Amino acid sequence: MKFWHFCEQSMHSAWNEIDGPTKVTPSNQYCHPELAHEYYNRYLDEWMIADDLGYNIMVNEHHASANCMSVSCTLTLAILARQTKKARLLALGIPIANRTDPYRVAEEIAMIDVISGGRLEVGLVKASPFELVMSNQSPARLMDRFWEGHDFVVKALTHTDGPFSWEGEFYQYRNVNLWPRPLQKLPPMWMTCSSEKNARIAARLGYVCATFFNGPKTRALFDSYRDEYQKAHGKPAPADRLAYLALSVTGHNEKQVSERYAKVKTYLDAQPRTPAAWINPPGYETIELNAMALKTGKKGRINFGLPENPTMQEMAEGGIFFAGTPDQIFHQIKSFHDKVGGYGQVLMLGQAGYLEHDDTVDSMTLFANEVAPRLREATKDGAPMSKAAAA
Amino acid sequence: MFVSPMPDRLTVGGVTFEFLTKGEGRPLLFLHGAHGADADDPLIERLSKSYKVIAASHPGYGLSTRPEHVTTVEDVVYSYLDLIEKLDLKDVVLVGASLGGWIAAELAVRGSSRFSQLILIDAVGAKFGDRETRAVTDIFAYTSEQLPDLLFADRDAGLKAMHGLKFMDLPEEVSVRYARNRETLVLYGWSPTLFNPKLRQRLTRIQIPTLALWGDRDRIASPDYGRAYAATIPGARFELIQGAGHYGYFEEPDAYANAAIAFLGVGRAR
Repeated sequence: MKFWHFCEQSMHSAWNEIDGPTKVTPSNQYCHPELAHEYYNRYLDEWMIADDLGYNIMVNEHHASANCMSVSCTLTLAILARQTKKARLLALGIPIANRTDPYRVAEEIAMIDVISGGRLEVGLVKASPFELVMSNQSPARLMDRFWEGHDFVVKALTHTDGPFSWEGEFYQYRNVNLWPRPLQKLPPMWMTCSSEKNARIAARLGYVCATFFNGPKTRALFDSYRDEYQKAHGKPAPADRLAYLALSVTGHNEKQVSERYAKVKTYLDAQPRTPAAWINPPGYETIELNAMALKTGKKGRINFGLPENPTMQEMAEGGIFFAGTPDQIFHQIKSFHDKVGGYGQVLMLGQAGYLEHDDTVDSMTLFANEVAPRLREATKDGAPMSKAAAA
Repeated sequence: MFVSPMPDRLTVGGVTFEFLTKGEGRPLLFLHGAHGADADDPLIERLSKSYKVIAASHPGYGLSTRPEHVTTVEDVVYSYLDLIEKLDLKDVVLVGASLGGWIAAELAVRGSSRFSQLILIDAVGAKFGDRETRAVTDIFAYTSEQLPDLLFADRDAGLKAMHGLKFMDLPEEVSVRYARNRETLVLYGWSPTLFNPKLRQRLTRIQIPTLALWGDRDRIASPDYGRAYAATIPGARFELIQGAGHYGYFEEPDAYANAAIAFLGVGRAR
C-alpha cells in the first residue's frame, strides 16, 4: 500500500471575501499575490516534509479558482522534482482535452521525469467541465480530443526512432522529436474514473484507475476494473492498479480530531461554489445522461450517497472523509478498503480548507508514523473477499 | 421549438434530414435558430400561407443525423446545398433565424444561382466590432432556466415557446431532443462564439435582395449588430420589430411574417 499526500493549493482565505462562486468568475482582486506567495511556499514545504515522511506526492491543477491555485501540474512538479529526493511524483492530472499543445505536455513530462531521476507518474485527464471556460476548448467532442491527445503524448514519450509527423483531426505536427525523452521508458500512467465504462478502459490499458470521493459506487467501479483486467491481461489486477482519494486527517485525541475535521470540512462547502451554467456545459456529459437529468429533474452530484448533513462517522464510513485518532483512522481506511475489494494506492487530501500548516504537518506525521505501517501490514494480502475469491 | 418531430426524412451526403414541406408557391427554405425547430413553429405556419416552406432540423438537431464528418457550420452549409440540389429547389427564398441566419448567410455567399432572396432574422455568424467586445452574447454562460429571459423580450412568451421547460411532464423524447440540440449548438458555436471570422468580408459577395429583420430587444445579437450585418451586404434593408427578443419570431410571428412577405413582394399574409 502506497500513501500519497495531496493538496489543492487553495487560497481559502478568500472564500469568505467572495460572494458567490469561488471559481471561474470571482474577480482576481480577491487573489492577493503576497498571500499567494506565502501559500505556495507553505504547500511546497508540506510536500517536502511529506517526502521526508515517506509519502509519495500528488498534485493537480485548476484555473481561475480560489480553491486551487496550481495552474499547472507540471509547473508544480518541476519544482518538486528538484526539491524532493524519494517520493514518486504524480500529476493527476494533466487535462489534455484542455491543452492546445500536447507536444509541450509530452516535453514537460519528459523533462520532469529526467530531472527527478524517473520518479514521475502521469495521469492524463479530460478536464473539469468549468475549466473549459478558461481553456476555451469545446465541451463537444471532448473525449475525441482527449483520446487523440492521449495517443499523441504516449507516442511522443515512447518514440525513439527519430522525428515523426502527426496529422490528426485535432493536432498536427511536422516534426515530433522529444529531447529529452523520459528516463522511465514510459512513466506509470493513471486515469481518473467515475464510471464503470472508464474503469474498463483503464483496465484494458493497464493504467492505474483512480477514483475520487466515489463512496458507495466504488465497489462496482473497482470490480469492473478487476474483471476487465483479468480478461485483458489473463491475471488478477495487482492492488497498485487501484487508487482511492478521500479527505484524510489524523489527530492525537478526539477533541483535536473534531477541530481538524471542522477546519478541513470547509473545503466541501467551498467546492460546489461553481457558476451554475458551467457545472455541466452541453457536450461534457452524454446526451443520454443530460436527457435523463432533464426528465427526472435531478441535478448535480447527490451528496456522495450520504444522508443530508452527514456526521463525521457517516463521512468516514462513506469513504468521503477519513478522520480520527491513529487507531480510528486505521480502522476507517481498512474497513473501506475491505468493503471495496481492496486497493493499493491511498490518495490523501491531507490539507484542505482552513487546516493550518502546523496541524497539517502534525496530522501527516502522526499518520506516517502510526497508521501507514499498520495499514501496509494489514492489507499486504489484499482484502478478505478477494482472498476468499482467489481461494 | 423542440417538441413535435417533422414528418419527412431524406438522406443526402450522409445526413438523414428530418424535414417538412408546407404550403404552396415559391420554395422558401427556413433555417431554424440555435435551440432547434419543431413542426409547430409559428413562423413556419405563417409563411406557409404564401410560400412552399421547406424546413429541416440541422444535422445533429432534432431527429436529423450528424455523421462524423459534420462538425462545423461550414459542413452544415454543404449538407444544405446537398439537400437543395436533391430536392432540385430553384428560385429559393432563404429565411434564417439566429443560428439559421448564419447558415443562410453562408449559403448566400457561396452564390448559388438557385437563391433569389435572403431574409436574416436576428442572425449570428459574423464578427463586428473590436477584439475586446463580444460580437454575440455568450449564450453558453446561461442555464436553461435563464434562457427565457435571455432569448425573448418577455419571459412568459419565452416560457411558452420553450414549453415551460417542463421536461418532467413531457415525453422522454423531448428531453433527448433538447439535450441533443444544445450539444450540437456547442459543437457548432463554442468558439469563436457563434461566428466565423471569415464571414464578414464574404458578406460583400451577396448579390440577391436581402432583408435583415431584427428584434428591438435582441440580447444575443443586438440591433446594432443587425445594422452592421445589413450595412455589410450590398443593398440590404434593415427593419426592427418592436417588442421582440432574439427569438422574436416566436413572440411576434405575425409581425415577422408580415415584414418578410411584404419584402418578398407578394402581399401580406392572410
